[in-house]
Amino acid sequence: MANEKIRNFCIIAHIDHGKSTLADRILEKTETVAVRDMEDQLLDNMDIERERGITIKARAVRLKYTALDGETYIFNLIDTPGHVDFNYEVSRSLAACEGAILVVDASQGIEAQTLANTYLAIEHDLEVVPVVNKIDLPSADPDRVCSEVENVIGIPAMDAPRISAKMGTNIEAVLEKIVTDIPAPKGDTKKPLKALIFDSYYDSYKGVIIYVRVKEGTVKVGDSIRLMATGAVFTVVEAGFMDASNLINSGSLEAGEVGYIAASIKSIGDTQVGDTVTNNDVPCDEPLPGYRKVNPMVFSGIYPADGAKYGDLREALEKLQLNDASLSFEPETSIALGFGFRCGFLGLLHMEIIQERLEREYNLDLITTAPSVIYKVTLTNGETVYIDNPSNYPDPALIQTAEEPMVKADILSPSEFVGNIMELCQDRRGIFKDMQYLDDTRVNLHYELPLNEIIYDFFDVLKSRTKGYASFDYEMLGYTPSKLVKLDILLNGDVVDALSFIIHTDKAYGRARKIAEKLKENIPRQLFEVPIQAAIGGKIIARETVKAMRKDVLAKCYGGDITRKKKLLEKQKEGKKRMRQLGTVEVPQEAFMSVLKLDS
Amino acid sequence: MNDLGIYIHVPFCGKKCGYCDFYSLKYSKDNADAYVQAVLRNLDYYGKPQTPVDTVYFGGGTPSLLSTDQLALIIERIQNRFSLEDNCEITLEANPSGLSPEKLKELRYTGINRLSIGVQSMTDSQLQFLGRSHSSARAEKAVLDAADAGFDNISCDLMLALPGQTMKDLEYSVSRFFSMPISHISAYILKIESGTPFDCGNIRSRLPDDELTAELYLHTVDILEQHGFFQYEVSNFAKPSFESRHNCRYWQCRDYLGIGPSAHSCCGGKRFAAESDLEKFISSHVQPVYVTDESPCGFEEYAMLRLRLRDGLDLRSAGEKRSMIEKKLPPLIKAGYIIFNNDIISLTPKGFLMSNSVIEYLIF
Repeated sequence: MANEKIRNFCIIAHIDHGKSTLADRILEKTETVAVRDMEDQLLDNMDIERERGITIKARAVRLKYTALDGETYIFNLIDTPGHVDFNYEVSRSLAACEGAILVVDASQGIEAQTLANTYLAIEHDLEVVPVVNKIDLPSADPDRVCSEVENVIGIPAMDAPRISAKMGTNIEAVLEKIVTDIPAPKGDTKKPLKALIFDSYYDSYKGVIIYVRVKEGTVKVGDSIRLMATGAVFTVVEAGFMDASNLINSGSLEAGEVGYIAASIKSIGDTQVGDTVTNNDVPCDEPLPGYRKVNPMVFSGIYPADGAKYGDLREALEKLQLNDASLSFEPETSIALGFGFRCGFLGLLHMEIIQERLEREYNLDLITTAPSVIYKVTLTNGETVYIDNPSNYPDPALIQTAEEPMVKADILSPSEFVGNIMELCQDRRGIFKDMQYLDDTRVNLHYELPLNEIIYDFFDVLKSRTKGYASFDYEMLGYTPSKLVKLDILLNGDVVDALSFIIHTDKAYGRARKIAEKLKENIPRQLFEVPIQAAIGGKIIARETVKAMRKDVLAKCYGGDITRKKKLLEKQKEGKKRMRQLGTVEVPQEAFMSVLKLDS
Repeated sequence: MNDLGIYIHVPFCGKKCGYCDFYSLKYSKDNADAYVQAVLRNLDYYGKPQTPVDTVYFGGGTPSLLSTDQLALIIERIQNRFSLEDNCEITLEANPSGLSPEKLKELRYTGINRLSIGVQSMTDSQLQFLGRSHSSARAEKAVLDAADAGFDNISCDLMLALPGQTMKDLEYSVSRFFSMPISHISAYILKIESGTPFDCGNIRSRLPDDELTAELYLHTVDILEQHGFFQYEVSNFAKPSFESRHNCRYWQCRDYLGIGPSAHSCCGGKRFAAESDLEKFISSHVQPVYVTDESPCGFEEYAMLRLRLRDGLDLRSAGEKRSMIEKKLPPLIKAGYIIFNNDIISLTPKGFLMSNSVIEYLIF
């Protein structure tokens, strides 16, 4: 295939700005998919993605387009994850492309994620093609948005196609821009194979399917390939591309092409995103730049509400991990919650998605503990330990220094909310770096924030304090020394391990009080009084009491009531199995969950 | 043969009270006559001449709507078909408005020796709210007339935790009770049964909260005991030796036979109930019944019922469960719910208020 007829591109857009709808229209206009086969928003094929309107895993689709110049072009549309948690995956998807369509909402303008991903695209030397979407909205102001793109990103935008993906308006202009503005891929088919893995997933028949962009050389069925980072060697069983819904085994892929390889790969752990595929017999000299192993940033304990479901939970996690190498888990035990798993996630959204999939797709009822980041603790004996579970936090007497991870955050918002945002960031121990005006009404605030301050509910609170207008993105900065303490929660005098967490000294008192209040709200009055205490070391810093219940249903009980009454008490007993019995205290699972969202 | 208590459910009322979920229909003479005939047939059917019967209880409904002759006929049939003991306790539930001096005098001759009068309150506004057809003055007169007629075992119902009820209201009703010649009081906390007219937000929102309800109950227990009415069960208070022997059967897991639509029985090793259908009851030779429990009176059930009594549960009856129960006692004792003395555990009034939870925690 002639490379000059290939266009590899992705779409960058903020949530709700219309990426999936535009992708659908492109699929329609290129007439590779019959309309009746299409579900709405074809590229997102997980339920959660659809409901949240976000894309979790990248996909690549090959399309044919006959342009106004009469030539037929091959489009490879690579779908990218839109969320900050999947930043690394985004960067790998971008590295597979020569161009990116930047979709901007004609009424809302640029958002933090779009900005971050656009900068990322520019860093990767991608040609950015701006497109102004939703021009059908009454509040659309394409001129303003175009000048915002020019001012903020510094690329010409006045001739950007103005479209409505929803109505199908002016989609051809976008397709022509792809042909005219996005460069064709380069690469020598004669050189040793060098292909970038930008996504992979587990197929129960074919094993792991890897999505690649071939940069140099050729790969074909029967070749022996090596994945350079892991060193694993496989024989290619299929090589080809994906149309709107099927894998098409074309037998080979050449430099410049985007497609898939199936090679009877059993473990997704072998196929790290960002790794380089080469020919095992004629290897390339060095891998493509930019590979790194993705490490979990946020950890939380996940327990089955019903202890008997432990095996089911393990099985479900194993299955999810087949498709998600960034999910990690290992068994852990809690006195309060029994047997469960310590799970590691890329970020808070990733955590929520996994929890939701476990509950929805595997029908599990879960209790999760407060998310924790990884703290770096240097002990008095000079040893350095990394703590992702508050239960393992060392005795303060043994700690020389404690450090916590920091992030660099961009917050884009209408300028009227700057005060609210600054207050929030201040409250979350943020360090103000600077503020840029994007135009007359919008600003970009730069902050450094401790990661543990944003993993609880930062995004929710940010949204509520900016009427939903602010957007937020972050990247990791590294560790900084901090005054950290471990806060324990006691019920009826006993520490509940699942409720312990690590926190900055200055925040401990306020957090302790809020948790005690939340627990009081969520632990029902019961047979015995329940003292709730929050403590650092042996020192109680907050307390509440759930008073004992005064009366339960005090019905008469004569001849006809006895069987009913007995059944009622049996049912009551059964109902309590949904509660966690800690000594004489019954704690509903909502109580464990309630401390996860303190400000909302 | 186990001795037996007989319960006759009389499913007629002059009018239905808004809080009541017992099976009961509007009274008509024809239905009442046919009903009585059916009761007699069932007594014939269930009758066992060797079986001692030491309690009979006419409940309802409003059993006092039956004529004296009808009641006499039923009692006579019991006498003929069972071995009715000489000192048998025969109770009639009655509305104050149905108890004229004449009727009371006649009732004496039927063998009925205990009246349970549905007084409920001595505050007229509350009686109106409850939909009762009597005033407090009428209730008082009925009690006095009953005593005049020779009844020395009179029980009155008292309802606690009515919408808007204050401690003062309650004290007032109770003090009026003390001035009357009664020997037994059943004091119930109003419970809104689902599907009754009282089951609506308007009434629920006006009920005293749990705190006040608990105070009303505990205060009632206090003053009743101070006046010689001893609490022998969660809701029942009696002067010495005036406890309801029939009701005690329920809480002691002893046998009882229920006749009439919706009446429950526990005898012959089963719990069963007659269908709540007057027409079927009248038209069937024997009342249609369904079994509610194939093997009643296991330890949990026994303990659940015994713990309603002030006499409590003898842990020697607990067998291997005893050690498990004893282990759970300390926090219950510390919280003041339970007293443990010489193998016997019994609930305190505070414990009665939480009896569902206490019993479930301890026994189930």
